[in-house]
Amino acid sequence: MTNNTILKVEGLKKYFPVRRGFFQKLIGWIKAVDGVDFEIYKGKTLGLVGESGCGKSTTGMLILKLLEPDEGTIIYQDQDIIGLSQDEMKPLRKEMQIIFQDPFGSLNPRMTVGQSIEEGLRALGVKGHVDRKTRVSNLLEMVGIGPSTADFYPHEFSGGQRQRIGIARALSVKPSLIICDEPVSALDVSIQSQIINLLKELQAQLGLSYLFISHDLTVVGYISDTVAVMYLGHIMEYAPADELYDNPLHPYTLALLSAIPTPDPDDRHELKALAGDVPSPFNPPPGCRFQGRCPLVEARCREEEIELYKVNEEHTVRCWKVIR
Amino acid sequence: MMKIMKSSQIHSETPIEASSAVPRRSRLQEFWRLLKGNSLAFVGLIIFVLFFCAALAGLILTSGTKPVFDPAMVRLQEKLLPPLSSPNLETLRPEEIPKLGVYLFGTDDLGRDVFARMLQGAWVSLTVGFVAVGIAVLIGIFMGGISGYFGQGHIRVDQILAAFVLLLGGGLLAVGAIFSGSALLLIGSAYIFFSRWLKKGLGKQPPPKWMKVFFAGVISIDTLIMRLVDIMLCFPSFFLILTVVALLPASMYNIMIVIGLTSWMGATRFVRAEFLSLREQDFVTAARALGVSNWRIIFRHMIPNAIAPVLVSATIGIATAILTEAGLSFLGFGVPPPHATWGNILSDGKRFIFDAPWLTFVPGFAILLVVLSFNLFGEGLRDILNPKLKERY
Repeated sequence: MTNNTILKVEGLKKYFPVRRGFFQKLIGWIKAVDGVDFEIYKGKTLGLVGESGCGKSTTGMLILKLLEPDEGTIIYQDQDIIGLSQDEMKPLRKEMQIIFQDPFGSLNPRMTVGQSIEEGLRALGVKGHVDRKTRVSNLLEMVGIGPSTADFYPHEFSGGQRQRIGIARALSVKPSLIICDEPVSALDVSIQSQIINLLKELQAQLGLSYLFISHDLTVVGYISDTVAVMYLGHIMEYAPADELYDNPLHPYTLALLSAIPTPDPDDRHELKALAGDVPSPFNPPPGCRFQGRCPLVEARCREEEIELYKVNEEHTVRCWKVIR
Repeated sequence: MMKIMKSSQIHSETPIEASSAVPRRSRLQEFWRLLKGNSLAFVGLIIFVLFFCAALAGLILTSGTKPVFDPAMVRLQEKLLPPLSSPNLETLRPEEIPKLGVYLFGTDDLGRDVFARMLQGAWVSLTVGFVAVGIAVLIGIFMGGISGYFGQGHIRVDQILAAFVLLLGGGLLAVGAIFSGSALLLIGSAYIFFSRWLKKGLGKQPPPKWMKVFFAGVISIDTLIMRLVDIMLCFPSFFLILTVVALLPASMYNIMIVIGLTSWMGATRFVRAEFLSLREQDFVTAARALGVSNWRIIFRHMIPNAIAPVLVSATIGIATAILTEAGLSFLGFGVPPPHATWGNILSDGKRFIFDAPWLTFVPGFAILLVVLSFNLFGEGLRDILNPKLKERY
């Protein structure tokens, strides 16, 4: 673990029990996150990409310990936080924050914007009414909203503005790591770029690190330094953003990249659309998780479990094709 | 709705700065504006305010050793006079003459002034309604809150045993077995006190097999509370109240408490349902991520969002409690005489319904009016409490 790593996750697992019947008999596990490793560096962004239901958001919740992980280690700045109780987690809550996907559900409808942000300041231990009010104004200004709007209720704002308020609330405790759980997927395209740029500006200004969860490879490519592609609880490919976009190795990454729309109507490249849906994580296929939908599938993929393979120092892939 | 959102998004990214210059309405002004817009709720509120004033006046004017209106003053020669009839000044002693100069609502079979009795009964109805519903709502929020927020936790065998020991000890103590009762109480509380350290002492290593049974979770807190609610709802509550009132010494306070203790189930269900859905909302997750304490999340973030349906059902519950008290008094189980309540005026009057219909109609109409006003106001309150209907300019 190098000095500029802020968060290191190893072998992270979260299985949800599935119970049926009168006696609530355990009939199996949903393997939402099944052995995930990654590292986030100080002031950098890790993009976590995947289809819905692949365990991206669960990973975010596990890191914040809003869900209790089953296995693995989460090392935040040289401290393993996996065994910490909710009380012991308290000081670390100020270090890690989250921005949500849904700008409508993420703000308390019965609290003014100022009150919502003040909750963070209280947690930080800012005493004094006046002091908190000025901090709230500063935070609102920092995210590009007029500070006089602190007394408004969330429903009086648009989606993009609410997302800014959500960012201001996350910043209120002066975190070093922010987990952005699909922060732009619910917004108009024009507003998406504004929020992304705001996140980038704040990163440059405050030296924040991001775990940027998204299903949109364009957005992730724009903001991330490193990208992890996730499928059914496994990381399929893990590489620096430029490397991943220039030299994608996993067939799943290739399919995702080919699905990015291009603004040129004459560019009619072949769409490598994947057949079928993501299989249920309740009963994942044996062997490679992707074998059911992979265009290059062969016998070995259906039988042998496959580990992440290091292509070079920074690029790892989970595919037999690459190993051969 | 969606259309409005979309159009506002397009030009929304400029800060809404200009708006702050416009003078804003305060919370009270806003409440008033919304109330005036809802005429039925407004009427309800006016009737309620009048009722409240009448009840207060009744408390002041009909109590004490020399009340202005004496509800217990018997004038047998003046019995069953219709409303607005004047007293016969020749046969009455000066202190027996009603202060208004007329019997506003007539007199009953003992010649008591129905107006004075109605005034006295108004206070009873008001306090019964508010205290009973207050008890019910408090229990409801507490039970529903625990069930909805902490409900997934399991109660362990050892905790059930400890509770059982405590109950048994308390029971023995109440019966009179002081030594064995207090010994059991001591054992039970000592176990609860030390069970924290017991768990910590075992640490990470799994407990031995025989202890595993002891620590097994049996039933979730949510299930326990909700089944208790179901059981309570199974009783026909009016007959439960009748039974309890028959066993307890008859007094106004006992009746309030009993009505309160038998009507908390609705509020519990409301609060639990709201908490279950609120707990999964992002803003609650955000509060947890900020490190806000559980109690603050419950009281500051969740209850304000869950309270609107509870308050609405509470205003309607006040009406029900007034009716229940009137019903109890009508059956003769209510507030003991000579204290007048609307229910026992009604019940005394039923024998003279053809000779003196005002004895039934005056209290009956008063109950109808007050219950109706509470229902109307309760309906209106639902709209008023919705922050999305607020306007600022």
